[in-house]
Amino acid sequence: MTTTPVAAGFLPLTDAAPLIVAQEMGFAAEERLALDLRKAASWSALRDMLAFGQVDAAQMLAPLPLAAALGLGGAGSRFAVLSVLSVNGTVIGVSRRLAAALASGGYDFAFDDAVAAGRALFAAEAGMIRIGVPFPFSMHSELLNYWLQGLGGDAVQRVSIRTVPPPLMAQAMRSGEIDAFCVGEPWGSLAVERGDGVLLLPGTAIWSFAPEKVLAVRSGWAERERALGGRLIRALWRAGRWLAEPSSRGLAAEILSARRYLDLPAEIIERALTGRITVTPQGLQRQVSRFVEFHDGAAGFPWRSQAQWIALQMARCNGLDPRVAFERAEGVFRSDLYRAAMRGTGAQLPAASLKLEGAVDGEMAVAGESQSLRLLPNRFFDGRVFDPLAAL
Amino acid sequence: MLGRIAQNFSGEGARLPFGHDVALQLLPAVGMLCGMPDALSIIVVEADRERAFMIVDGLREAGDFDIYVIADPSGLARQIQLRDPDVVLIDIENPSRDVLEELALASGPQERPVAMFVDRSAEGLSSAAVEAGVSAYVVDGLQPARLKPVLDAAIARFRLFQRMRTELAETKRALEERKVIDRAKGMIMKARGIGEDEAYALLRKAAMDQNKRVAEVAQALVTAAGLLS
Repeated sequence: MTTTPVAAGFLPLTDAAPLIVAQEMGFAAEERLALDLRKAASWSALRDMLAFGQVDAAQMLAPLPLAAALGLGGAGSRFAVLSVLSVNGTVIGVSRRLAAALASGGYDFAFDDAVAAGRALFAAEAGMIRIGVPFPFSMHSELLNYWLQGLGGDAVQRVSIRTVPPPLMAQAMRSGEIDAFCVGEPWGSLAVERGDGVLLLPGTAIWSFAPEKVLAVRSGWAERERALGGRLIRALWRAGRWLAEPSSRGLAAEILSARRYLDLPAEIIERALTGRITVTPQGLQRQVSRFVEFHDGAAGFPWRSQAQWIALQMARCNGLDPRVAFERAEGVFRSDLYRAAMRGTGAQLPAASLKLEGAVDGEMAVAGESQSLRLLPNRFFDGRVFDPLAAL
Repeated sequence: MLGRIAQNFSGEGARLPFGHDVALQLLPAVGMLCGMPDALSIIVVEADRERAFMIVDGLREAGDFDIYVIADPSGLARQIQLRDPDVVLIDIENPSRDVLEELALASGPQERPVAMFVDRSAEGLSSAAVEAGVSAYVVDGLQPARLKPVLDAAIARFRLFQRMRTELAETKRALEERKVIDRAKGMIMKARGIGEDEAYALLRKAAMDQNKRVAEVAQALVTAAGLLS
């Protein structure tokens, strides 16, 4: 039996878990793969490593391959998304100064209501609010934009969004360069731990089923290496299933905390995995359902409607033709390759590759390829529904 | 026109890991260089002073450029916009690189469009740069012929630095291991009343029996002894 080595890139984040667990827990080996995991320092570096073939697969911000397809950033490289590695998992946090102003205004830090949190935030700060995000093309910035637009009033005009690398987020807040951030775990929890920030909302409060990180490959590679790509998809699906079991969380946090991966205490990493989030340096805790999801509700399926929602948001923010963005996005999320890889494994596959985004209140059964499939709550905070067939 | 090699090691970037003023003392030497009136202006984003000097030296050998080093990543976008360079060089390992991505996108009417160099240069050069660990951002429309010597020089220095970094890490590890082995040897000598060579032979035998490295066995002994004492 021969094992195929595959170089795969990741950033030190809690949601790099599927790639790391696939290798460490033997799910890659089950598919006769040996993942050579390479840690990158920035999203642009990881994108270039993938574009120039230093790695053949990479964890990526869901909007990044779409941005490349729209000609935004990068160097004209084209990527394909083979699967969604994680759903949700971001937090919005504010500086100690803003948190104090929020508290004196009577805000309860409930950590679940995006409207209440937004109103309290703009009532607490009279001037501009500078918000740090990890990358211009990220769910962090898309969720923020969607939230600010949905809040109405002058929310959009009163915010300036700037790029701050996650490891420097807490420092930027302490030195007063930013007043708030939207960042992936464990960097939000780390800011709380260091006493630099207070968490205001989980990303789920804005969109309860937001595709966060994806597995990206070069689009040419996706075509040429269909069998190998299929093995990768399956290994990561099994890693996600293992991660979704509550009994796996402690061990997963331990593995991720290793020096070659996140190099941070397991206790801080575990917060996102269990959804038990410490929101203030004083230790106030909040439980968030599906804070980050690796498996349930067909989390790994790359829905074309997810790609279209992201592409339309980006087109609006960057002044591109929405029609062109919509068309180009469609082919980036390869639901066809995902289906081909997962057929025959017993995994539940949806019958359609498009769905209404934001239209599931509780859990909902939908038609699957062979049996019906259970979808998880999928709601935008403002109750709007994104219909890919009526979006233009 | 005098070429300028400026730096902000002791100015705005006051919060730096190094405290003294070697950078300033070296300035006259590098500042004497004469540049053409249209010399390319280059910003090197690098917090490590040794490394910054290596890169600056390499660039100076390659041609006459206006070189400015930014050591402090805070306000990076603002600093770069202020300097308005033709080329920005940054380590691929530097997380602040994502800040430059933002600049590359912000090309309003007032701003000079900035792009990552891979848009404009030969494929081989780009991947060589990515491999060597350097990323470059250039203003739109810069001739590849003018960029090539800059990149060649940067790539060479980044490669050299990568080798040095690996060597340094190896040396450090070897030194630390030797310290641990010496401590373990000392413990064995004391506990058993034997000589140094005998103690080392015991360690080596234990390592071979357990299919481990001598340093690992020594570390285990030191840790265990620490727990028991």
